[in-house]
This record gives sequence, structure tokens and C-alpha cells, in this order.
Amino acid sequence: MLSGWGRYPKVEGRATAPRNAEALRDALQDGPVIARGNGRAYGDAAIGRGQTLSTRRMNRMIAFDDATGVLVAEAGVLLGDVINAFLPRGWFPYVTPGTKFVTLGGAIAADVHGKNHHKEGGFGTFVDWIEVMGADGKVTRCSPRRHKALFEYTLGGMGLTGIILRAAIRLRRVESAWIRQTQTAAHNLSDVMEQFEANAGSTYSVAWIDCLTAGDRLGRSLLMLGEHAREDELDLSRRRRPLDSPAKGKKSVPFNAPGFLLNGMTVAAFNAAYYHMGARKAGTSLVDWDSYFYPLDAILGWNRIYGRRGFMQFQCVLPLSAAKAGLTALLRAISVTGQGSFLAVLKRMGPEERRFSFPMEGYTLALDFPVNKTSLALMPRLDAITLDHGGRFYLAKDARMSADTLRAADDRVTDFEQMRAKAARARTFQSVQSERLKL
Amino acid sequence: MTSPVLILGGRSDIGLATAHAFAAAGHDVMLAARGAKSLEPDAQDIAIRHRVTATCHDFDAVDLSAHKRFVDSLPALPGTVVCAVGSMGDQFENEKDMQKSAAVMRANFEGPATLLGHFANLFEARGSGTIVGISSVAGDRGRATNYVYGSAKAGFTAFLSGLRNRLAGRGVHVVTVKPGFVNTAMTEGMDLPPALTAEPEQVGAAIVKACAKRRNVVYTLPVWRLVMMIIRAIPEPIFKKLSL
Repeated sequence: MLSGWGRYPKVEGRATAPRNAEALRDALQDGPVIARGNGRAYGDAAIGRGQTLSTRRMNRMIAFDDATGVLVAEAGVLLGDVINAFLPRGWFPYVTPGTKFVTLGGAIAADVHGKNHHKEGGFGTFVDWIEVMGADGKVTRCSPRRHKALFEYTLGGMGLTGIILRAAIRLRRVESAWIRQTQTAAHNLSDVMEQFEANAGSTYSVAWIDCLTAGDRLGRSLLMLGEHAREDELDLSRRRRPLDSPAKGKKSVPFNAPGFLLNGMTVAAFNAAYYHMGARKAGTSLVDWDSYFYPLDAILGWNRIYGRRGFMQFQCVLPLSAAKAGLTALLRAISVTGQGSFLAVLKRMGPEERRFSFPMEGYTLALDFPVNKTSLALMPRLDAITLDHGGRFYLAKDARMSADTLRAADDRVTDFEQMRAKAARARTFQSVQSERLKL
Repeated sequence: MTSPVLILGGRSDIGLATAHAFAAAGHDVMLAARGAKSLEPDAQDIAIRHRVTATCHDFDAVDLSAHKRFVDSLPALPGTVVCAVGSMGDQFENEKDMQKSAAVMRANFEGPATLLGHFANLFEARGSGTIVGISSVAGDRGRATNYVYGSAKAGFTAFLSGLRNRLAGRGVHVVTVKPGFVNTAMTEGMDLPPALTAEPEQVGAAIVKACAKRRNVVYTLPVWRLVMMIIRAIPEPIFKKLSL
């Protein structure tokens, strides 16, 4: 059985891990196929009813330029591997999602964004070129200059334009392995949005939002700003080895937690405690890169806390003009059900950069819900509110949206379909998600 | 302790994972395999990730007469040599075709053992070095489903044990590794029990640790020591009727 990180839905399908281009070409003869990286897309984007082709065996680094920070690597290389290899040399990925366990291919296919989207853009902004294998097995190197359409549709194209084989990505120079974090509490939604706007110049910004409060505390949040710490900001003991990462133990969730463990009451209690502890800790501190960017990665297999039935993510982005009204409506709809989410994240996004990627200028809200009747009834209402406010949805999180909802949200779908109609792409590259969304 | 490490069978998943693990600990690595040229991308990957020197060396484990030449051709005598050479073959074919049977025995016992014999002598003369042989739990007791491969591995295990005995006190350490089931190209498509199956990276890490701690016989997943203890303890009159 195959599934994404949310372990919902689960489908029967064949999964293989080809070792080279020839093996991929053989698989294409036996299509339809969909490429899969490290399986961190939450829903059904990287599982297929045909063949699911894992890129985990194609994970070599090919070249690194010490002068420019450009890394050429195969699609299966993990972002965490990039950090392990290059942070000690003073380089860090320009854009990182909330987990380092994504492959470069997956990050490109979803054109992932990070806490710096408002200021620096998405993952694709720092990709120089991509090599994509088409339905005929031919490999095309595309870039902003050559085969531009293929390049722009492959970024955010959810693996539906071909199999991503290799890419060149740019890394950023950093002086240390530490982040200078400033945390502030926001009493409600207006407050946190004002703080986001006031801190537009901050490299990183993200807010954890309590989605179980109502009234004038609706949307109370903890805003976390961050900057890569300079060497001279570290205390003396760390300044000697500024690029070293502290050694840390890993915890893991060894079994599926029983479903009743996470309910409105436990989540509300957690949220209240988390907010008040966070508010008390407000201020500036130095945090290591792993704790700052990837708090959940420290708990391997955290997706099992939602039990055997799995969980769903909901992530939408609302345009700036309608963001406040839309977010208010979304939070109200959620708090009424009492179906709270541990991981509710609010983030200011910068402008749209590519032809089919998720981001647009505005605010994005990401939530997770256990798979149950209440959640399944809530989701379409969240869809409707998003549509009413001119928003759209993140395909890397989606597991259940309807094809009609997608089209109502995003008029770019028609062009994407035309792109898919060419070169046998639609026939050859299919995921459970692309079937559901009729892409 | 950052002397170069030679990986015999450097194309195999376990060989490559072991090379990465040693490189991560700061060792230069030499990958030896048939058609070594095509291993250049892997050597490059190791060099980029770990900032060590990684080179490729052509050799054929079953061409016994060429072993000496291969050993002499190396730019330097490694501090550690890891033998990850092996090939399981198909038990059914091995039963029917004695040529194939002999090839499996050569690839898993004769070739690896004689090759390590050369390094044993050179290490002994130098008075230092570590020899790691990757054998198999299949060599702990012959079973109907894989006894041709298993018998060769049993020979290799005995060879390593003898070598360890001979070189103890001469500055040379010998490690026998029995990985158990591992997710590799060799086992692709087999239905392996997850609790008993290791990833190549785990084997690599276990080998580096075993060398540092001068362990003698290591099973990658500790549960295998128990499993094989039980399998070895079953009396032959009963064992011969079991299908394992």
C-alpha cells in the first residue's frame, strides 16, 4: 500500500526504486508513472495507480562550485544531505520547507516555500536549471533561458511534466549554524498581521496560530522572526567553531497513537499552554538551524501521532486584499467545530513567481486535521471560504480537493492542461492526485 | 585513524554505503570493482559530500591470477580493506548447473578469501591494518533454499576466523560482518521481514564502528545473533525436515 506523509489516502500500486536513466526508460514503457522523492507530500501527489518511481537510489551530488555556491545534484539528494555537506563549509539552502527530509526533486516539483518567501521567493527562484525526462525517455535541460515553459511548469508541476533527474541549485553564504530568533506574542489576528507587515524586512518570519480561540482572541499567535546569525553575534565558546551543529538525540514515534488521544480538548490545552509559554519566552535568542527550521524533524515518524487513519493538511493562500476577512472566516469555521490543529501556521507570502506554483502575494494558512467525519465535513467549508476570498490551494498538502474546486481557485489550470496535452505528458505522468483533479 | 580505506566490491550497495561511512569519518576511499570507470560518479559524490579523496580501481574478484597485479597496482597500501564482494546466484540454477554453482562459490569464497590473503600478508609485514570481510548469516547453517551461496559464505567465515586467529598479536585486526537481510539490489523484489532487514547505510555505519572498537564478529541488527543462535541449536534430525 502506498500513501503520502499524512498516510491518507492509501492505494494499491507498484513502487520501484530505479538506479539509472535506463531503468527509468524501461519503466516508462510500462506507464503511467509518477516520480516520488522521500514521500513528504502529505496527500496523494506522489503515489500512482500505475508505477510509483522512487528517486531515492538516484541521489548523487555531481559538482559544487565553491565560488558561487552552485550545487549540481541528482533529484534524490535530500535537503538534509545538502545541509550536512555544505553548512560546515558556510553554505545553506536559500529556501527550505519545514522538513529537511525532502528531496531536491520533490522540492522542485512542489516549488516549496519557506519562512523567507515574502522577501526572497520560493525554491524555484534559486534553481538554475533542471533536467527532465519526458515521456519518450529523452532528457531535456530546461532553465529560465532554454525551454523556459518546461522549466516554469516543472517548478510547481507536481511531477506531471516529466521525471526530474538532476538540477543545479544555488546555496547562500552563512557565517554560522545559528539563527537569531525574535519571538513575540500577538493577541489576535489583526495584531499578528500588523506584526508581519511591520517586519517585512526580516529574512524569516512565520507564526504559530491558535485556531481554537474565538472572539477578540481569535487568531492569537506567536510570531517567530529569524536571521542567520553573524559570527560576531555568537558567544565566545561557539565563535571558535561557528558552523558546528550541536549534537542532538532523535526521538521517534514507535507506533500509531490511538485516535482518541488527539481531540478538541487535548489540542486546546496544548495550544493554551504553548501560547502562554511562548508569550513568556518572548524576546531574542540564538537557536541552532535544526531546531529553528525543522522542529518536527526531531521526532521521527511524527505523522503516526494521528493514529492509523492518518491525517490531512489544509493549506491555502489568500490575496492580500481579502486576507483578513478570509482568515477570520476560516478561523471561525474551525474554532466552531473544536477540531483544532497542533500545527497551525500563518505566513506572509511574496508575489507569484511562476506559472503553476502555489504562492501568491498574501497570507497562507496551513493546518492539519485527523482523518475523521468532522474534519472531512469541515474541509469543503474551508475550500468554499477560500474560494470566496479569491484564494488557492497547495497541491503538496492536498489529498481530497475536487477537480471543480481547483478550477474555481486557479484559472492557470487551463494552460497547465494544455502543457500536459503535449508530448504525451498527460498519458504518461499520472498520480492519484492528478487523476482526482483531472489534470 | 584516517588512513585510506579500500572497498572491494565498491559498486555494491553495502560497499558504497560503507565507503560513505568511512569518508564521513574523514578517510580517503578507494573503490574497487569490475568496470571501475563507471563508478566515477559515485566517487565524485563521496568526494563532494565528505571532502575526501575518492578514487576508482579496476579489478575482478574472480580472476584469481590477476589479484597480485591488482594489489601491486594500488597507489598506496590502504590502512583498512573491506571486502563487499559477493553474488547470490539463483539456488535452483545452482542445483542444476554445476558451472553456475562453482561460480557462486568462487565469487563468495575463493575470490574474496585469496584476495584478502594478499592484504593479510602485506598488513602483517607492515604490522598494522584492519581487514573487514562481509560474510553472511547464510553461512551459519546450510539450508535447502540457499546452501550453495551459504556454503561459500561458511567457508569465508571460517577463513576470516582463522585469519583473525593468525594475525592477533601482529597488529592486524580482522572483522567478520554478517549483515542479515539488507535492502540492496541483490535482494530487490524479495519479500523481506522489515524487523530483520537493515538498510545499507546501517551496515556501513556498523562496519565503521566495528573497526573503531575492534569487534570480531558483528551482526548488523542485534536480533540476528539470537535468530542464528536458535537456528544453529536445532538438532539435525529436526532441522532436515524444516523448510526455512
